[in-house]
Amino acid sequence: MDLQVPDAHDVLFRTLADPTRRALFERLCREGEKTVGALTAQAGVSQPVVSKHLGLLKQAGLVRDRHEGRQTHYSAQLGALAPLVDWTREMAGFWQTRFDQLEDLLKRMDQ
Amino acid sequence: MNDSSTEIRTVVVEREFPHPPEKVWRALTQQHLVEEWLMKNDFQPVVGHRFNLRGEWGGVLDCEVLAVDLHERLSYSWNHVHDDPAYDLRSVVTLTLTPTSAGTHLRMEQSGFRPDQKLAFNGARHGWQGFLGALETVLARQG
Repeated sequence: MDLQVPDAHDVLFRTLADPTRRALFERLCREGEKTVGALTAQAGVSQPVVSKHLGLLKQAGLVRDRHEGRQTHYSAQLGALAPLVDWTREMAGFWQTRFDQLEDLLKRMDQ
Repeated sequence: MNDSSTEIRTVVVEREFPHPPEKVWRALTQQHLVEEWLMKNDFQPVVGHRFNLRGEWGGVLDCEVLAVDLHERLSYSWNHVHDDPAYDLRSVVTLTLTPTSAGTHLRMEQSGFRPDQKLAFNGARHGWQGFLGALETVLARQG
């Protein structure tokens, strides 16, 4: 059993490893602040599940919530990625993905 | 974190493709093909030609063709001009093709100037899919 306090990297990796959570976080990054309802409408899972994932994202510092009336609004906290992100790693990942797409394209170009 | 304000950073990604250099070259230089693997563009393989790369995230990169050596080397600037220096990116992408027995070895080198780490957040938004791809790779390695 691992009794160590998980470090920031572990928490971020684990939190973003889940595809549903990642999709929620990605949407907040792309589209800005959203309510739980708006997120649920496109998440393909129920509102309690969305709320649970948002709770975990919040624990990891990846989102912030803001209460307004009965609504809770969530927004992405890109600063939380600071321990992970550096330009070289990010761009290398970008190009690896693009090279995957190039490989697919070259296959399709075969007669 | 490095707080040097003038550091040049270089990213190199290399891969061998089982296709001849002439074919890879086409994929790197014909607009409709470039769009399929990289981004929407108005690229032309002509030195001095200015073009834009438009990402699905809505971001626009300002580029200029710097070198065109048929079937061998292609180089262009890759800039994201922003008033806030923390979001301003100036870089150069150079793609080098080397024929191999199995096809083509493609080397992508991107060198850029980034005044501070805040830029990475902007980049993270832009290269988001790529970043997550990298994250998954790291996760896979972590087991």
